[in-house]
Amino acid sequence: MLTPVIDEDGAPFWEYAARGELRVQACAACGELRFPPRPCCPHCRSFDSEWRLMSGRGRIWSYVLPHPPLLPEYAAQAPYNAVLVELADAPRIRLVGNVVAAPGAPLNSVDPARLRIGAPVRVAFTEVDGVTVPRWLLERS
Amino acid sequence: MLKDATAIVGIGQTAFAKQLHETEKTLACRAVLAALDDAGIDPGEVDAFASYTMEETDEVEVAKAVGAGDVTFFSKVGYGGGGSCATVGHLAAAVATGQASVGVAWRSRKRGSGPRPWKNTAVQLPTPGQWTRPFGLLRPADEIGMLARRYMHEYGATRDHLFNVALACRNRANQNPAAIMYERPLTREMYMTARWISEPLCLFDNCLETDGALACVIVSAERARDCRQKPVYVHAAAQGLPAQHHGMVNYWNDDPLSGPAWTAARHLWKQADFGPADVDVAQIYDAFTPLVPLSLEGYGFCGRGEGGAFTEGGALEIGGRLPLNTGGGGLSEAYVHGFNLINEGVKQLRGTSTAQVPDATTCLVTAGEGVPTSAVLLRS
Repeated sequence: MLTPVIDEDGAPFWEYAARGELRVQACAACGELRFPPRPCCPHCRSFDSEWRLMSGRGRIWSYVLPHPPLLPEYAAQAPYNAVLVELADAPRIRLVGNVVAAPGAPLNSVDPARLRIGAPVRVAFTEVDGVTVPRWLLERS
Repeated sequence: MLKDATAIVGIGQTAFAKQLHETEKTLACRAVLAALDDAGIDPGEVDAFASYTMEETDEVEVAKAVGAGDVTFFSKVGYGGGGSCATVGHLAAAVATGQASVGVAWRSRKRGSGPRPWKNTAVQLPTPGQWTRPFGLLRPADEIGMLARRYMHEYGATRDHLFNVALACRNRANQNPAAIMYERPLTREMYMTARWISEPLCLFDNCLETDGALACVIVSAERARDCRQKPVYVHAAAQGLPAQHHGMVNYWNDDPLSGPAWTAARHLWKQADFGPADVDVAQIYDAFTPLVPLSLEGYGFCGRGEGGAFTEGGALEIGGRLPLNTGGGGLSEAYVHGFNLINEGVKQLRGTSTAQVPDATTCLVTAGEGVPTSAVLLRS
């Protein structure tokens, strides 16, 4: 499986994920959330930022079911789902992820027929090759 | 002013195939020389070049191989297929402002027999890969599939609409002996039963994987009058990188479905003497079928959410409201990062297309939507 190629701006996201926290970069001056993380605030241009804790709740904005040709470890799980989750706390911020039956379950562990645009999900975390990544669990709607 | 100040006076291409034996560099040289020969201009007169950042043969190699003169302008445009029309736009600007007099734009690619860029796990692709690739959003088809499903959900577009796009391109390829899919008709049943690539996109929603090269020659309108071919004027050119845009994975702003096409279109129409209703034929970048309804909206041929319905009733066929990708496009002629769309636009306005739109005098050519893009309006 691919692990994230982490850059300096993104590193805090993954450090907080390792502690089981979903945090998004916010401007320390004007408070505006931004994603992906970047050096300064596009609204007020401040270089001061903080990482704000999210509730971990969201909704499926869209999803795809990739089929081969794929990289080998993904092909082995295909078709799996890749979803875009809009965060309840910041609907303009949509995280790519996977809906799974349990945090450590494979990417194809949920029947695609259960996926719907708008379905509520909540975050969970699992470790993949030494890096903690977010996963998403369907909530009872 | 850029308007009609320059013209495309030469076009050239190699054969298109799943596998060509010559190198990308050789193919580039062949396309460039074919375009100059078409124009009737000696390669020694070339003093400007433009291509894509993903082009692997650089100006130095092309210039010395074809025997160009002293080169005073060279430019490479980024974001994959989003740069196609900007190569023409940059040369038009350079020639119009006196920085050069004979410009050549080109693209050579062995995407048919060479590697698929998304398979490379060592380099960071020009997307925010750490937020997408670990989760199995690996390929452009996955990234655009995400927008496609949302678009279908929000506006009621259907797979039949996407099929209309694939079919129009295939029908034109069936008229074009140079097209990869010349002898391979497409039916609705083939489309609806095709294997998935990334649901909701099937095999026929994806462009071809092609080896080939193309080039075109740009000179001033004044010089163009003395060239061998009927001039095709660059009426307007624009690039588009919208505010808070994120590249192919444009998921983190208010409306991910309004992409760079909207930005490029606003600037394009602002410069032009005519509007979308006056466009006789369009060459719209079609790496994936959903890019066409999105672009139809972005460039103002219909309203928000109407792109799917626009394709109904044969609108994209010859004789329809807006004949599309008349050489077969990336879906069915060749996928060479959209450069074949530029040359096909020129053929239409010369009156030499294999699927000629009668009396066509205006053509819109667009580059990849989704990524930072570009477009040109051509007129005869």
